[in-house]
Amino acid sequence: MKTLKKTLLAFSLIGMASAASAYEADKPTCIAPAKPGGGFDLTCRVVSTGFERANLLDAPMAVKFMPGGVGAVAYNHINKVNPDDGDSLVAFSSGSLLNLAQGKFGKGLDENDARWVGTAGVDYGAIMVKSDAPWQTLEELVTDIQKDPSSFVLGAGGGVGSQDWMKAALLMKASGVDPKKMRYVAYEGGGEAIAALMGNHIKVYPGDIGEMKGQLDAGKVRVLAVMAPERLEGEFADIPTAHEQGYNAEWTIVRGYYLGPKVSDEAYEYWSNKFAEAYKTEGFKQTVAEKGLMPFYMHGASLDEYVKGRVQDMRELAKTAGLIQ
Amino acid sequence: METLDFLATGFSVALAPMNLALVLIGCFVGTLIGSLPGIGPINGVAILLPLAYAMGFPPESALILLAGVYYGAEYGGRISSILLNVPGDAGAIMTTLDGYPMAQKGEGGRALALSAVSSFFGSMGALILIVLFAPLLSDLAVKFGPSEFVWLMTFAFTCLATMVGSRPLKTTIGVVIGLLLATVGIDPGTGVLRYTMDIPNFFDGVDFLVVVIGMFAISEVLVLLESWLRNDMKMTPVGKSFISMSDIVAVKWVVLRSTLIGFIIGVLPGTGASIGSAVAYGTEKRFAEGKDDQFGKGDIRGLAAPEAANNASAAGSMLPMLTLGIPGSGTTAILLGALLMFNITPGPLLFEQQPQIAWGLIASMFVGNLALLVMNLPLIGMFVRLLSIKQSYLVPIIVMLTFIGIYSIHGDSFDLYFMVVLGVFAFILRKLGFSLAPVILGLVLGAVLEQNLRRALSISGGDWGILFNGPITITLAVATLIAMVAPFILKRLKKAK
Repeated sequence: MKTLKKTLLAFSLIGMASAASAYEADKPTCIAPAKPGGGFDLTCRVVSTGFERANLLDAPMAVKFMPGGVGAVAYNHINKVNPDDGDSLVAFSSGSLLNLAQGKFGKGLDENDARWVGTAGVDYGAIMVKSDAPWQTLEELVTDIQKDPSSFVLGAGGGVGSQDWMKAALLMKASGVDPKKMRYVAYEGGGEAIAALMGNHIKVYPGDIGEMKGQLDAGKVRVLAVMAPERLEGEFADIPTAHEQGYNAEWTIVRGYYLGPKVSDEAYEYWSNKFAEAYKTEGFKQTVAEKGLMPFYMHGASLDEYVKGRVQDMRELAKTAGLIQ
Repeated sequence: METLDFLATGFSVALAPMNLALVLIGCFVGTLIGSLPGIGPINGVAILLPLAYAMGFPPESALILLAGVYYGAEYGGRISSILLNVPGDAGAIMTTLDGYPMAQKGEGGRALALSAVSSFFGSMGALILIVLFAPLLSDLAVKFGPSEFVWLMTFAFTCLATMVGSRPLKTTIGVVIGLLLATVGIDPGTGVLRYTMDIPNFFDGVDFLVVVIGMFAISEVLVLLESWLRNDMKMTPVGKSFISMSDIVAVKWVVLRSTLIGFIIGVLPGTGASIGSAVAYGTEKRFAEGKDDQFGKGDIRGLAAPEAANNASAAGSMLPMLTLGIPGSGTTAILLGALLMFNITPGPLLFEQQPQIAWGLIASMFVGNLALLVMNLPLIGMFVRLLSIKQSYLVPIIVMLTFIGIYSIHGDSFDLYFMVVLGVFAFILRKLGFSLAPVILGLVLGAVLEQNLRRALSISGGDWGILFNGPITITLAVATLIAMVAPFILKRLKKAK
């Protein structure tokens, strides 16, 4: 009797094991919801190159492009056309989450219409001024802003309600200034905004730290604060956080991947486990660093929870800033 | 002469056997891609980017290949513009205005050869300007703020108003339709969705290429179908015309002026070949007024101007990308992405830290342009024979290519439906005697004008005085005023005589 039980147990274990590994991606694909060359392309390269270096996939991962609305077109496509395609990861960023929070991802779609499965890494917001600007610390800048907020021009690479705008609004909120009073100029992409900073058209640029490497090395900009929870490592270690200068302004740009809302649990577990394995390998870590991202590893249920929490926070923020009712 | 040393280094990179082969392959593939209606330089570079990356080329070689495809496609774009009235991308729209009438007169070979020669001088001129003034120009480009852009766009619009001179009202209506299309999408000033009808494909606004191809290619096909139904299909005479020395002499000043205009506009961040060629065309039309002006009916000056200008601005837009890391056009934005993929940060330090990349690319552009001219002139006879294809074969081919081209942009069938709707709309406009170029330019210029006007006003806090804040704005404002008033005064003067 005992042996029979044991055999049964063993069989059921084998059964469970085979059920868990039943899913195998035939045509692993990463959909970059933008034109080639941008941040989403980069996000997809992290998973395709990283997984290849870590020897995690039998077939090479293809990268497809589906541009439109910071990911809105891809989000709608996945939801309407193939919500159960377990082979296709779609890249997302905090920018996508922010638009989801404001209902700009299409009618009736929210953060529950995708299965958030893994991250590629993070970048952080940074408050930047031109290198010959009079402000040496965040405090000096904030004091000047507080004196006359409506004459102080900030500008960045996204429209009102975008990530860059949120960073500016957070800085204003932390300095006790009503974000609605700030004078914000929207440019198309970070490149144009940096040009405007160089040409003295704007005074402050709330951008991302990762993209600034070249300009920092050339000594063209000064970073007053990085909007990270704690000091960064390596070449950015000298830059103080907004927090330690007494301002509660934090902005983490997450880059990661989701699957369609009706993808099976097996497929979801399959990818979640792949990410867990990848995070342990040097090949993946090296890829993340090469693409200018900082480590931030989260997968499966914990990421799902994180994303939903973050979207909720963004919704609150958008409400206080008067972007949504 | 430090610059010459650098350029010599550049040539040693560009003339290395593999890079030389790549630039030739790039130019050839680019010409082929560009000659397909609907597939322009942006798609060409975007399609080949992953390939160049996967082949594991060193960064300078990959960039040289992609740049070859870029200007090869600029060259190739004129073929369908001139022979079929279907521009490959927004930069080639102005080429249709005088190129297509020339082809219909049986001067297709002459038109193609002239545009090849003008393009060659346009890009060579621009490259020499890059070599001479690279550091200076990158400083100047940054000084160009929102209010300067507002005036530049206003100037472009005034040039446009007289572009299709005999029908100013219809031109204006065409521009307004373009402006209306430009308002679709997320408004960056307030973050509000405008006229998107909850269709996510409209969130980023309407894509230029879908509008260009829909309005030109699809309506052209409908026009051909109509004449087939009426049984009055006319074969365009192929002709054996070619360029003569006197043609080149006749357009030498046109080419020189247009090169300068195209180059300056190309260098400015955010403006590309479409705006450069429109301003050059408008300016030349002004210059030609009274001097047996045949613009719009197959004037060689009207062909040489946009062709020199669009190539000059294609070369010019490389400059802010390399020196500042700011792309001057959609295609250079993709090239910028390519650089980043190779872990090269374009910007102020690129010329100092990695001169082999920056100067190798510039030198390869000299080589590539020469190669394009040599490669293209003998092929013209073959291209022209495209016209001798029976229309019953030609129409399905155009339709197929445009559908593939448009689908390749977003990979979404929505664009195909939208393209057909626009094509039918454009067909109706053509039947009513409207010209389509103003619509497209309204769309391109309108978006830039609106963005910059609002930027300027939010910088100044609503004070319109910012539009007259410096020497550049005032100069441009005066130029606009002159362009607006001059034709009326000239007319008066003529009458007085």
